[in-house]
Amino acid sequence: MANVEASKVDLFVKKMYQQRYLYLMSVPFIILVLIFNYIPIWGWIMSFQNFKLGRTFFEQEWVGLANFIQILSDKQFYLVLRNTLAMSVMGLIAGFTIPIIFAVSLNEVSHTGYKKIVQTISYLPHFVSWVVVAGIFYKLLSTDGGVVNDILMKLGFIGEPIQFMAKGKLFWWIVTLADIWKEMGWNSIIFISAITAIDPQLYDAAKVDGCGRFRQIWHITLPGIRSVVIVLLILSIGNLVRIGFEKQMLLSNPLVFDYSEVLDLYALKYGLGLNRFSFGTAIGMFSSLVSVCLLFTANGLFKHYSKESVM
Amino acid sequence: MKRKKINVDRVFNTFNGLIMAIVLIVTLYPFLNVLAVSLNESLDTVKGGITIFPRKFTTENYKVIFTYQNLLNAFFISVLRTVVGTVAGLIASSMVAYTLSRSDFQARKFFSTFLVLTLYVSGGLIPGFLLMRDLHLINSFWVYILPAIVNAFYIFMIRTYMEGLPFELQESAFIDGASDITVFIKIILPLSTPVLATIALFIAVGQWNSWFDTYLYNGSNDLLSTLQFELMKILQSTQTGSDMARNNNVLEQMTTVTPDSIKMAITIVTVVPIIMVYPFLQKYFVKGMTIGAVKS
Repeated sequence: MANVEASKVDLFVKKMYQQRYLYLMSVPFIILVLIFNYIPIWGWIMSFQNFKLGRTFFEQEWVGLANFIQILSDKQFYLVLRNTLAMSVMGLIAGFTIPIIFAVSLNEVSHTGYKKIVQTISYLPHFVSWVVVAGIFYKLLSTDGGVVNDILMKLGFIGEPIQFMAKGKLFWWIVTLADIWKEMGWNSIIFISAITAIDPQLYDAAKVDGCGRFRQIWHITLPGIRSVVIVLLILSIGNLVRIGFEKQMLLSNPLVFDYSEVLDLYALKYGLGLNRFSFGTAIGMFSSLVSVCLLFTANGLFKHYSKESVM
Repeated sequence: MKRKKINVDRVFNTFNGLIMAIVLIVTLYPFLNVLAVSLNESLDTVKGGITIFPRKFTTENYKVIFTYQNLLNAFFISVLRTVVGTVAGLIASSMVAYTLSRSDFQARKFFSTFLVLTLYVSGGLIPGFLLMRDLHLINSFWVYILPAIVNAFYIFMIRTYMEGLPFELQESAFIDGASDITVFIKIILPLSTPVLATIALFIAVGQWNSWFDTYLYNGSNDLLSTLQFELMKILQSTQTGSDMARNNNVLEQMTTVTPDSIKMAITIVTVVPIIMVYPFLQKYFVKGMTIGAVKS
């Protein structure tokens, strides 16, 4: 018995030696991941402490759930949660429908050259930073010669320029719009390739049956990409709370803070800004845990769905 | 009957083509407008009305941004972090991806799971900040490089590609006595250029466009500032009048041109390299994105 065990270990070690170069190629980077991705998770322990800089781990004061209670009793937190959820749900809806419409519409363009040009140009904003996009949106929406105001005034919809960036109620829409402007083309890539995979014979058959273009889209194209859409939709539910904060930070200004602040910005402002590290960590931990829960729910839904589709 | 159908088709095509034209205009106009303003005389721009052509052509705005030491330095740091970050990231992800693509690798499962988890759980901003502080990476160039070297998403994209290569190619090399490293360098890497080009583009764009790490870790160090961060500071100070405006050295030095023109010229400087690269890699990244999404 002991011999078998020993030879198993021997074999393992021998194989390990054989694969030493593979280890050499991966272990250094796995260590980097350990440092930069896993140690911060260990940092979550701070949310149960009253963390102060300059104290060792054992000198920190333990406070139990006090930080979480403080968060839940902070009115600002609910405002921030509302903003986060509102912008992520709006982003999710628009971020799916518009790229799908774009992909379907692009697929209907018969001129190959035109199609290629539109497609290439549509990727451009994805590669541009949020700083640039925010700058562009400020300019487009400005009251002082901004194109949007100019057009609306010329068309007679408004008498004087609207201060888009100063209206809190419009902030969610502006962020969603900016997001669409930036990512529509990019997010359509996967739908376009799903559409290309549809059997062209289906369209021919539909034409013979006298289906017009809209009916072809409705009965062939859309059902053809249905499974891709559902998979992507479920996967993105897990990221609902993690919408990032770049665009909110760059597009906001003090006038719209009530609508622009999201969880990460809240953590940044109250955590780092005021040196309340434990409080900020607790917020970060909260959003990470909610993400994981949502992901599991979405995964459950996915399993449910795929089981159904198999049946 | 038949005539009518052709007409409906033509209406549909015209209408659809028009919608695509609108997409083109909405996407391109802002960039052309920025370009026009950046090439227009600053004081003339203030009068407004610049669309997509400069009214009084000048290259003064560009000359100005390249005379300010801070901006020149930021440009240099941006280029440096892009080059170093891309090379380091590409080496790391391709090596790890290769080991994970080898089905006989002992630690394959463990390392894969270890990497997958990072896609779903992150420690958050504050523990991350304190870690950088403990590692003395604050006020350091390396904070741009080290945390970003390993990216699980990129590794999985490369791995998927490498798994698709026929294993026989490696097998015959192993029989000839080649080591894992030789096979990786001589056989796998040359065959993986399409996916490596895609990942290089992604990493480079990410590094070039990044500003938040500068803001968070090196915000007070002018020597480590990046172009995107300088642009962000100008944007914040001219538009929102936040605290940034008070200690913005670049703006204080500028008298001959308006911040708006400077903003546009910097924007063009940051966008042009991207425009020059991405269309040529389009077929690769479209394929890469599709494979990645299907597999995950």
